[in-house]
Amino acid sequence: MLQNLEQKKSFLISRKKYPKLIAAGMSNFFSKAEVTSSGRPVLLHNEVECHLLSAVDLEPEDHRHFSLLKSGLLILTTHRLIWLPSYSASTPTSASAIPLAAISHIFSSKKSLKSVFHSPRIRFQVLVSSDGRVFDPSSGSGSSSGSGSRSVVVTAVIRGKGDCDGFLVKFWDSWRARAWETTKTSSSGSGSASGSGAATGIGGGLYSSDGSVRMVGVAGILRKEQEMWESTDKSLQDAFQDLNALMSKAKEMVMLAEKMRQKLLSGTSSQTSGTNDEDMGSKEEMQDWLLSVGIISPVTKESAGALYHQQLSRQLADFVRIPLERAGGMINLIDAYCLFNRARGTELISPDDMLQACSLWEKFDVPVMLRKFDSGVMVIQNKSHSDEEVFARIKSLVTKPEALRTGISPTDAAMTLGIAPAMAKEHLLTAESKGLLCRDISPDGFRFYINLFPEIDPCNMYFVKDYGICSTWIKAVSTTGIGERSSTFR
Amino acid sequence: MQKLGDFKLPHFFNYPPYFTLQPVRETREKQIQLWKELILDYCRTQKIFVIRLEEEFPLFSNSVIERTLSHEAREAFLSALVAEGRAEWLDKGRRNCLILWHRIQEWADIIVNFVKDNGFEDSVMTVEEIRLGIESRGTELQGIDRTILVRALKLLEHKGKLAIFKGTSTDDEGVKFSV
Repeated sequence: MLQNLEQKKSFLISRKKYPKLIAAGMSNFFSKAEVTSSGRPVLLHNEVECHLLSAVDLEPEDHRHFSLLKSGLLILTTHRLIWLPSYSASTPTSASAIPLAAISHIFSSKKSLKSVFHSPRIRFQVLVSSDGRVFDPSSGSGSSSGSGSRSVVVTAVIRGKGDCDGFLVKFWDSWRARAWETTKTSSSGSGSASGSGAATGIGGGLYSSDGSVRMVGVAGILRKEQEMWESTDKSLQDAFQDLNALMSKAKEMVMLAEKMRQKLLSGTSSQTSGTNDEDMGSKEEMQDWLLSVGIISPVTKESAGALYHQQLSRQLADFVRIPLERAGGMINLIDAYCLFNRARGTELISPDDMLQACSLWEKFDVPVMLRKFDSGVMVIQNKSHSDEEVFARIKSLVTKPEALRTGISPTDAAMTLGIAPAMAKEHLLTAESKGLLCRDISPDGFRFYINLFPEIDPCNMYFVKDYGICSTWIKAVSTTGIGERSSTFR
Repeated sequence: MQKLGDFKLPHFFNYPPYFTLQPVRETREKQIQLWKELILDYCRTQKIFVIRLEEEFPLFSNSVIERTLSHEAREAFLSALVAEGRAEWLDKGRRNCLILWHRIQEWADIIVNFVKDNGFEDSVMTVEEIRLGIESRGTELQGIDRTILVRALKLLEHKGKLAIFKGTSTDDEGVKFSV
């Protein structure tokens, strides 16, 4: 900055007289950009070109002291804004650059009536160092905010026909990407850079680990895809490394559990008189621990079972007494399970536990037992429950005149026997299998009759014994008349 | 007692379980036995030679108790008859069953008696004449199923009691007895 008024004056004067000289001095505002012999800018390491506009003027705000760069080529890269003089310029001004790091703000384009008539402009704020020139972060003290306390607005006037809006967008992208800050680490940097989506723009994805410049365009896009792929692959591999480590640990755990299992098994099988209570106690404890981890002790089925199941079994036997009474001596296992769990509130048991607990009853002296019907239905019933008694009751029910005429349904039986219809059906089916009843399937439903077949002689079909179930049946059927049967159907 | 036409039905015909195929083995065996006898009796008295499963068969339904035998049940009972040699399936699909309330051998004997009774020992007759001729009226041979008759005749031919030959008309065969 020319402080001296004197210098200012002479500066202004000389500007007119010696434009060439002055121009050379003026361009000091911007950083110098190196150019190749053919006029191409020399790019920095990892720097990639993004966009360019032609016939651009760069006007620093304070262009009284600094010359404006007229009608050059403005190149946007990932790191800098480079201005190249057009080759036809009479004054060979050297190439200039503004590091993107020095830019503190980019103004959004204001569309106004004025802008229709003017050439489009891009305005941005640049940090200046103490000498008034563009703050060059690479040569500065190291911090991006550095000593550039002041900022100056620079306007780029685009007089050419380039895509100004597109350039502005790319300008924003490149500036935000802060590519100059990327350190030379592994590809994870490029991975995350490309992962941040649109913000990186074309620039970030085109990095390669050796720093060579990649082509833009389709090849660049393909390259980007490829690199994204590779980085995903790598991160997956890393993740699986952890998983493999976990798996190997799990294997150890499983082996340990197996060893303990074996110990338990061998312990019980080699039971001699030397086994003392302490041993048994600790073994049972171990079983409990294993159970709580979810490993079922293999000893359970052979011995009296783990303490847990024993306790559960007794508890269940006690609990089920009352529901059994209410249900008439027989209750569906599923119903019992629901009732039991509901009563427990918390610490619910699994169906497996239930089944185990019930199976243990045969080893204890409890008044209940588990029973499985042919149909697969499982019930809990009183040990005192006798099938014969039930059959006797069914028989007396089914030989009543009404039942002789129309048979009985499971619901009828349920009402008479005082048990659930599902249970009643099981009883009826069992009675049928014993030859006590016959089934009748019709649109009216599933009904049972007393079995008459044993009394009928195939060689003498028309003969009916005087006393016997057949004659009883005939009498019952004929009293109301067969024709009126339909009205007695339930 | 209930009747089906002029056929007397047994009392258990009104027993609903009779019309449901029983699952319990012992009960089912009894049930099958009763149905076999009933079918044979009915066919004999009504001179029914063929039962077609897909058609209505009066014996298989009881409108009084509103029950009908299921297809499965019908097939089961007829198959039992076939197993006993008292019936034959006419087709692979088991839709038509030939009822042999007389076995073929019995039919053959009846034919021989018929021939002897009427003095046809050396005569010639057509098959149709045996079935529908004046001589067979009132005998068991009247209206006999043609298939059964031909089978019985073939059996007799095999025994040398007669000879079958093609007749003058297109589809009638003739029989020369040599009983």
